[in-house]
Amino acid sequence: METSLEEQFQQKIDQEHKIEPKDWMPDKYRQTLIRQISQHAHSEVVGMLPEGNWITRAPSLRRKAILLAKIQDEAGHGLYLYSAAETLGISRDEMYHQLHSGKAKYSSIFNYPTLTWADMGAIGWLVDGAAIMNQVPLCRTSFGPYARAMVRVCKEESFHQRQGFESLWVLSKGTDEQKRMCQDAIDRWWWPCLMMFGPPDDESTNTIQSMQWKIKRFSNDALRQKFVDMIAEQIKILGMKLPDPDLKWNEEKKHYDYGKINWDEFWQVLKGNGPCNKERLDARRKAWDEGAWVREAASAYAEKKHTNQLNNSNKVYENVH
Amino acid sequence: MITTKDIDNPLIKFVLHLGDNALIMGHRNSEWCGHGPILEQDIALTNIALDQVGQARNFYQYAAELISETNGEQLTEDSLAYLRDSWDFKNCLLAELPNGDWAQTILKQFIVSAYQYHLYQALANNQNEQLAAIASKSLKELNYHLRWSSDWVLRLGDGTTESKKRMEDAIAILWSYTNEWIDFADYEMIILGDSHHSIQQDWKAKIKSVFDEAGLMIPVDGWMQKGGKVGNHTEHLGYILTDMQFLQRAYPNAEW
Ligand SMILES: [Fe+2]
Ligand SMILES: [Fe+2]
Ligand SMILES: [Fe+2]
Repeated sequence: METSLEEQFQQKIDQEHKIEPKDWMPDKYRQTLIRQISQHAHSEVVGMLPEGNWITRAPSLRRKAILLAKIQDEAGHGLYLYSAAETLGISRDEMYHQLHSGKAKYSSIFNYPTLTWADMGAIGWLVDGAAIMNQVPLCRTSFGPYARAMVRVCKEESFHQRQGFESLWVLSKGTDEQKRMCQDAIDRWWWPCLMMFGPPDDESTNTIQSMQWKIKRFSNDALRQKFVDMIAEQIKILGMKLPDPDLKWNEEKKHYDYGKINWDEFWQVLKGNGPCNKERLDARRKAWDEGAWVREAASAYAEKKHTNQLNNSNKVYENVH
Repeated sequence: MITTKDIDNPLIKFVLHLGDNALIMGHRNSEWCGHGPILEQDIALTNIALDQVGQARNFYQYAAELISETNGEQLTEDSLAYLRDSWDFKNCLLAELPNGDWAQTILKQFIVSAYQYHLYQALANNQNEQLAAIASKSLKELNYHLRWSSDWVLRLGDGTTESKKRMEDAIAILWSYTNEWIDFADYEMIILGDSHHSIQQDWKAKIKSVFDEAGLMIPVDGWMQKGGKVGNHTEHLGYILTDMQFLQRAYPNAEW
């Protein structure tokens, strides 16, 4: 009996072959990827805002340059990811529209405020650190353009994580006020970072199908555990504490146990009730609306240039014949 | 708090002036990061801001070296950026003006890039080796800044009716702040010598040729603002410094 397109597709995935944009794919696979990749792209771009908040106030010229370069990298990640999503047949403008209308989501972590300079370090170390946990497996995800984009992204993310850690390390060795700043940032960012891995496995709706399609390779809880294990060790070097009285090494499981995550907060922020949801979306909409005339001018100019070129080549053509 | 106000050495004044121009331009451009009209252009302008902060660091490091040779004071790039008050800053006024819309930002960047491009070209041949080295390194960056900003002047001037109108408005708002770049202070004349003539001419010619191609008019001669080069600034600089220097002021003597 002949195998169906759907079966051939699954076989390809089972044999670890990449799916490319021109290949046949189930509509649901396409839609899942568009949702996931665009959400990831939006996260990179919205994620520029909380850190952008401290560029003009960076405490040294070296830190200012590092922060600017980091945020610029995130914009670049947004670009690679929008391009990867475009290969699935959606335009960048449409994705922006979905973001601005609230239809598309971005990572909720960026709905938290950056209140002190230490937040720049905490974001690099914890937020980029959690992103890496999520993203390293995505370098082997089944959709070719997404996997290739993630390879470039992950290289830079691990650099960001090291920079973030180094920045906190300096604070942890600094004045009493700097130490307090460092601990305060860790206290505020720790739990929201654990939420970055998504709801617990038994409540996660997309996991099973995504695992079968190898869009996802590890469950939310497995990745969260890996992250806790990594940070629980690294924080010892900083001489700081994670804000969780239940955090403890479990010799039997060979993992750290950790306390209960406040999932109510997670769902509230996702619904739009986080401390900065409105500011973040307003900032993106404002940039888009105020940039409309700029984009129009750029395309009008490109159009004119194109027409001129055609006219010129016609002239050449006429001269020859 | 430190001050460089009493320093009379023209080379030090000149190097601080170059550093201040680069830093304040970079500061304003960095305000666009995350808010640009097109993601690619957000990246491009952030890139320029990064170059400018980098140039500021080079100039400040050199200035700190010169100051310590002169009076033994131990300064750093950061003390020069973060611990001086506005009267010590020698940047041109245009650099500190608010960004306005994309047209004003583009015009500002174009005027400054056209100037810095020709200035650094002249400085690359200066007998002061350190100055020449920083200038030739920066010149590669200026190639890009000038191309990018010229391209945008063309796009906006020759784009839509609205973009042309916005460019014209930008020119009306900013024009009186353009001449300060080539209205050389004594300390500039001493370092630049005869090369100041060609910088003036090349800067004017570049602006004219790009404006001509973009269909934009150069305003008739009128009153020109100045004062930045000797520390008389607009009200805007104080707010830039308030923002920029906050952590260094609130937590003195901390390492970051
Ligand atoms: Fe990123
Ligand atoms: Fe990411
Ligand atoms: Fe990152």
